[in-house]
Order: sequence, then C-alpha cells, then structure tokens
Amino acid sequence: MPNLEATWKEASWGGVVYEAGNSVEYITGGWRSFRPIRDMKQCTHCMICWVYCPDSSILVKDGKVVGFDYDHCKGCGICAQECPVNVKEPHEYTGQMGKVIQMVPETEFEGW
Amino acid sequence: MAKSIVKALDGAQAVSNAMRQINPDVVAAYPITPQTAVVQNFSQYVADGIVDTEFVTVESEHAAMSACIGAAAAGGRVMTATASAGLALMWEVVYVAASMRLPIVMSVVNRALSAPLNIHCDHSDSMGARDAGWIQLYAETAQEAYDNTLQAVRIAEHPDLLLPVMSMQDGFITGHGVERVEILDDAEAKKFIGTYQPKHSLLDVDHPATYGAWDFYDFYFEHKRQQTDAMSKAMPIIVQVGEEYGKLTGRKYGIFDPYEMDDAEVAIVVLSSTAGTARTVVKALRKKGVKIGLIKPRVFRPFPARELTEALKDVKAVAVLDRSVSFGAMDGAGPLFLELCAALYSYGNGRGPLAVDYIFGLGGRDVIPAYIEQVAQDLLRIAETGERGDLVRYLGLRE
Repeated sequence: MPNLEATWKEASWGGVVYEAGNSVEYITGGWRSFRPIRDMKQCTHCMICWVYCPDSSILVKDGKVVGFDYDHCKGCGICAQECPVNVKEPHEYTGQMGKVIQMVPETEFEGW
Repeated sequence: MAKSIVKALDGAQAVSNAMRQINPDVVAAYPITPQTAVVQNFSQYVADGIVDTEFVTVESEHAAMSACIGAAAAGGRVMTATASAGLALMWEVVYVAASMRLPIVMSVVNRALSAPLNIHCDHSDSMGARDAGWIQLYAETAQEAYDNTLQAVRIAEHPDLLLPVMSMQDGFITGHGVERVEILDDAEAKKFIGTYQPKHSLLDVDHPATYGAWDFYDFYFEHKRQQTDAMSKAMPIIVQVGEEYGKLTGRKYGIFDPYEMDDAEVAIVVLSSTAGTARTVVKALRKKGVKIGLIKPRVFRPFPARELTEALKDVKAVAVLDRSVSFGAMDGAGPLFLELCAALYSYGNGRGPLAVDYIFGLGGRDVIPAYIEQVAQDLLRIAETGERGDLVRYLGLRE
C-alpha cells in the first residue's frame, strides 16, 4: 500500500507510480451509489456478468460466481443490465421479480 | 581549451549544430516561422544519416510535445523546437512535461503572438510560458544560442532537477542573422554532454512504473511543491554547468551578464539581442564619463531575485526593457519588470533603485541606439531628481 501520508519530500517525483499493478489497493467502492445484489439461489453461473464487468469486480471460484468485490465495484449497473436470467421467484434480497442481479440504493445499507 | 571551429552561421543553424552534436534519441517537431530553420537543418542531418535520432514529423505542436513526453518517459534524450503560436498550441503539454519531471530541451526562436498576425520578434511566446515549470535561458547571440543548447541538456538532466529547459533566441534578429560562431569539436561536445541515465523508463520491463497517473487532492499539492523545490535548486547547477563550459570553451556562463556595473549609478536590464545594442550605447556613454551599466539576464526561470537585487543595490535608477506585455498587470508593465520589482521590494531591505519599465520591440519593431540613449537620459534625470515619473513607458511607439 502506498504511504498516503507521504510529505512532499517523500512522495515520488512527478507522481510516478513504482508499484506495478497497485490500483487494486486504491479502494474505489466508495464511489458507488447503487449496489448490485445477486440472488445466489437462482443464479445459473452463466458468467455473462463476469464478461461485462468493466472493473473485474465479479468474484469467481472453481467456475462458480461467488460474489462481488465491493471494494472496487463502482456500481455502474452493467452486470444487472446484462444479466440474462430472470428470477422465477421473487429476488431473495429485494423481493421483486426481474433479474437475478438487481441494483439497490447504497442508502439502504448499514454505514451509509 | 578544447578544439573548436569558427563558422559563419545564423542562430538557427547554430542550434541545429548543437542538436547534431547532442544526437538526441528523439526529436518531434513541427515547423513554424522563425523556428523552421532549426528543425529543417536538423531533419537534413537525420536524412543524411549524420545523427541516429528518430525524427517524428507530427501534425501539430501539441502532438510534438506529446510525442516528446512519451519518448522522454520511455527514457530517451529528447528535444524539440518551436515559436510563437506553436508554443501557444503546445500549452497544455508544456506543463505536463515539467510536471512529469521530463528533462526535455526545447529551442524557442522568439516571435510575437497573434493577433494581428505577425512573424517577427518579441518575447510574448516564451514569457507566456514562464510559469509552466520550465527553466528558461535567453541568448543574445547565435553563439550563446549554441552554447545554451549544449548546457541546457546538462542542466535538464541533472539528477537533482529533472526539469525541462527552454532555450530562447530572438526571431530573425538572431535566428536568421549570420554571425561568427565557434562550434566545439564534436568529440568534446559529446564528452561535455555525457550520456543520459534516466531515473526510470517506461521501457524497463524489469522495473515497471506508471507515468501520468491521476493525482487528486491527496497528492497533487505535494507534487507541485516538489517542482518549486526543484526550481530553487536549479540556480547553483546552472552556474556550475556554466563554469564547466567556460573551462572547456573560454566562454563562461552565469546567471546574468553584467557590463560596467562596478561603479554604475544607473543601469539598464534587458534580455537577448537588444542587450547588444544597449552595450554599444553604454560603452559610448562611458567614454563620455556617464556612470551607466547594463545587466543582461540569461536565466529568467528560476528568476534570480536575490542576485539581481544585490547587483542593483548601489544603483540609483534602473530601467527594465521588456519585449512583452503582461496585459492588465501593474500599469501595463512587462514580466521582467514585474519580477524585478517584486525582487527589489522583497530582498532590497527597503533600499534599492527607483525602477521604470520600457515596453519595446513588440512584433519586431526595431530598437535603435537612439532609443537606448533616451532611456539613459531618463535614468540620469531620475537619479538626479529622485523623481521617478511614469512607471511604464514605450520605446519606438508612435504617440
């Protein structure tokens, strides 16, 4: 993790970043105003959300979607838009019909 | 002293000869009068295989500086040249080069900015870029333009600085005027410049680094403070390089060039080619017993505030000659005067000369010795009466 308290004498010249691939340490999830929520029971693991996510924030393990990387998901909603699977029963979180992935306002979550 | 050959060259040829000896990795440039000859000559060296430079023929000056930035970030020794509207079009990326701490050297052949359209000399182009974070050197002659170009490489690439350098000469007057120029022996020039070891390089895949990442309220301020710090360290390095160059060539360079200043009671401060005219007038007046001196600043960025204040401390009246206007500034003064006034106020301990500004030579308006003589007469009157009169005056303007 870069030293966020570095003084002007300590910071790298010209803003050059020496740590390769360190954008993973820059937590961008705080920008999110809508949070994607997946109904895990009704998800078919088709991976369409994984293909479309522009921030590599769909977490996959052993060929199965296991969740979202909320530290980096900016809440763009592309996964919810592209999700091809409609729920057969009301969404387990929202209680609404519609997609397996649905967008929920961040204001509904703790810590807002 | 090192070997050199004497040639009859104009200022543009002198600079392209320096570029030939520097043999930069990359030159990206776009032609604009009166800089065109610089890159035209240099592109001939490229075509003839005299240099190894990758010459990028870009579609604009904005693209020229952008290509230079990419090449410099890749670790190359990079140069370009421009003037007037070309520098103005570069504007955005001129700042980027300095902010990314890329030691690019740019030859500027000073020309007025439009409108009305004008191709002749004044300093509005480079003075407009005075706050961009570049070191600025001004040359009086073709010889100085050549010498400054070689030194600029050493200054820019100094590991304590890594700042780009703009090296100026007056459009047409110097750029197209043929003079006697001593060109250093190629091998000696190459030895003086040395090889460039970039701090890091985009092409160094074993040590990957990201350039030009964004920089918000969390770090931008710190990076700007670093640029100020680098500028504050530049002056001794400029002097050191100038002394080393002096030992090599017999032509020592400093921060400014004083003439007859030891017992001067009045003084003129002027940049570039007009200093030659002023020196002639000062020399003639000295023969008549007039205690007048001349200071020709070579370094405008960083501004030598303490050094100029010290040099002028015993002078009763000083006239600054400005070849550009800072429109809307105090009484419509020029940038050299404004900086000097700030210096005298801040470092003069409440003493120091009465100072007046003369705007001159805009759009190539000729400056004749009679104008400088008029300035000298004004200065002597101010010194005698202690009355400054108008703060800003005009030389050679139809009134």
